[in-house]
Amino acid sequence: MQRRIFSLAAAAVISVLLASGAYAADRQKIVWLQWANDAQQKAIDAVVTAFQAKYPIDIEFEFKPGSAEGENLVKTRLAANDMPDLLTYNSGSLFQVLNLEKNFVDLSKEPLAAKLLDSFKTTVAAGKGFYGIPMQPIPAGGIIYNKKVYASLGLKVPRTWKEFTSNCEKIKAAGIVPVIASYKDDWTAQLLLLADFYNVNATTPRFAADYTANKAKFATTPAALRGFEKIQEVFTKGYINKEPMSTTYDMAMAMLASGEGVHYPMATWILASINSNFPDKINDIGFFALPGDSSDKNGVTLWMPNNISIPKTSKSIVAAKKFLEFFVSAEGMAAYMSVGAPDGTFAVKGVKLPDAVFPAVRDVLAYVDANKTAPALEFLSPVKGPNLPQICVESGLALKTALECAKEYDRDVEKQAKQLMLPGW
Amino acid sequence: MAGSTLRLYSYAFFLPAGIIYILFFIAPTFLSFFFSLTIWTLSDWRFTGLDNFRIFFTEPSLSIGLRNSLIYAISTCALKVVLGFLLAAFLCTKLKTRGFLRSLIYFPNILSTIAVGIIFSSLMHPSHGLINTTLAFFGIQGPDWLGNPKMALFSVVLVDVWKGVGVAMIIFIAGIQAIPQHYYEALSIDGGSSFDKLRYITLPLSRSSMNSVIMLAFIGGIRSFDLIWVMTKGGPGFTSDLIASIIYKQLQGGFYGLSTAGNVVLFIIVSIMAVPLYRSLTKVEVDL
Repeated sequence: MQRRIFSLAAAAVISVLLASGAYAADRQKIVWLQWANDAQQKAIDAVVTAFQAKYPIDIEFEFKPGSAEGENLVKTRLAANDMPDLLTYNSGSLFQVLNLEKNFVDLSKEPLAAKLLDSFKTTVAAGKGFYGIPMQPIPAGGIIYNKKVYASLGLKVPRTWKEFTSNCEKIKAAGIVPVIASYKDDWTAQLLLLADFYNVNATTPRFAADYTANKAKFATTPAALRGFEKIQEVFTKGYINKEPMSTTYDMAMAMLASGEGVHYPMATWILASINSNFPDKINDIGFFALPGDSSDKNGVTLWMPNNISIPKTSKSIVAAKKFLEFFVSAEGMAAYMSVGAPDGTFAVKGVKLPDAVFPAVRDVLAYVDANKTAPALEFLSPVKGPNLPQICVESGLALKTALECAKEYDRDVEKQAKQLMLPGW
Repeated sequence: MAGSTLRLYSYAFFLPAGIIYILFFIAPTFLSFFFSLTIWTLSDWRFTGLDNFRIFFTEPSLSIGLRNSLIYAISTCALKVVLGFLLAAFLCTKLKTRGFLRSLIYFPNILSTIAVGIIFSSLMHPSHGLINTTLAFFGIQGPDWLGNPKMALFSVVLVDVWKGVGVAMIIFIAGIQAIPQHYYEALSIDGGSSFDKLRYITLPLSRSSMNSVIMLAFIGGIRSFDLIWVMTKGGPGFTSDLIASIIYKQLQGGFYGLSTAGNVVLFIIVSIMAVPLYRSLTKVEVDL
């Protein structure tokens, strides 16, 4: 009798073990190297959950730091053939330096290829293929502003730099900070210059190509130099807040939401963060394109969304491709938008945005619908100097003249071009 | 026969440590001399001659690091020597709280540099920081310690001295305590004051510990990185960049050749300064 109980128990244990073994074997695991604290993580988690419910594939995240630190990590892991199955990365010049044809799986033969906008695909393309799908809505760069303050002071959205400065004078006279400068996080200092690229492109359409070929420079192209001058002007005219070197991105966001500061040169990726930190203020926030010198040429500079790609060393390429297909499918996009309105349009064709998008996103869409957009320089040229943030801070605190800063940046760019071994440098 | 076995036997002991030392120290050091003459990525390289060095010395955003590192090393070194010596002399007197004060001054040194940097950047915040709010209480408008381009480097120097003066003091205390008491007795019989004791006995006879402090502080200062990186990241602009932070930025930018060249420059500077500094300092040492 005892023996029988024992064998029954043993059989039960074994069958449980077998079942769980079979269960584990049924479900495949893929690993995704993603940024820590990504503003879009909530939406991404929703897509992952929907994907895991539909397919027997589990996705596990590995997190990497942002900016240069994370870039180093990826470069090192690529060189050591130690990449996971999915990778999130910036599109454009930063992605291009990773030697795409050698290191990533070409997606141009996949069904998803037909769904993506060409303007996005070119930023992740090399040779005949392209190597990533958009991970987030398309961010737009310009001035994020507080509509409530605009309404209370009776101001109108400026279409030229002159109108912008006269608005700033009125805001300053009212005792409010006209322009928020958060130079402690020095990457934010460059947004004013980078978002000004629509204006550069409008007056000097050949700039991006000439710049890549070492024929045009920031210091000698008046329209490009304006970017450095504008950063300096908001300082010399006293528009920016006190203590810019101690103000962080997060503090700037709080200033903007509360109306303590009115204009913040930034891109729309900030909207998701404002929405989660100050949900009652998101409807006070609007957007307008960075004003140029003439009102008929005024448009918005678009960033291209960060991308998800599949490293060639992945052992689960089929499963990873399944995920990318799912991500850009109607189902995937619906899951993405299930956690809240997206902060821009998608680079995926035929995705309908919900009616309840943020007011700032509606402002951006007006420019997109009027076809007044240009991609940021880093998506048209692989050349981007790594010291631009600090150089913009130098200009923004008037440590050097705008022209000196432009010259300094031109030299910084030269190093990058030589490192990339571009022709003409 | 027995001799050669013994020799082989002793080399066998050297082998494990030797291999690691050669592989991870000697080989990279010499390889870096070569790679400083190239543009390289982790999988590929191209020879460019002395181009990297030319860029490193001519570009203002890079060459400022040389100047700042010298300023940083000299000022931290000088302050640590002077303050360390005075504190040590003071804490070698028959003071009741001397043990407590010694540990109090040494204490910052056991903190992590990163933690010290983070704490001080918040203490030095221009309007909410404890330092400036305290100054404001006395009606003084405190400066923007880390945001003012003219001050940022010196603010970090002060923090470095605060953190490092304890070590200098301990070395001086060891030196001062080694001075035989009868010198002091002789001087007091001759009618010398306490200041004379300090000036004519303690100072010259702690020369050897002073040399150690100068060497340690200077070399530590010239290759300093962590504190400046946490507190200012070389900013505003490039005004507080040191050689090491510039090298790190070039590495982050993906300019491996340029950052290797920077490291070679740093290596040479440290060697050039350390050798004659050590020679000239040891010459004037006095035997006890």
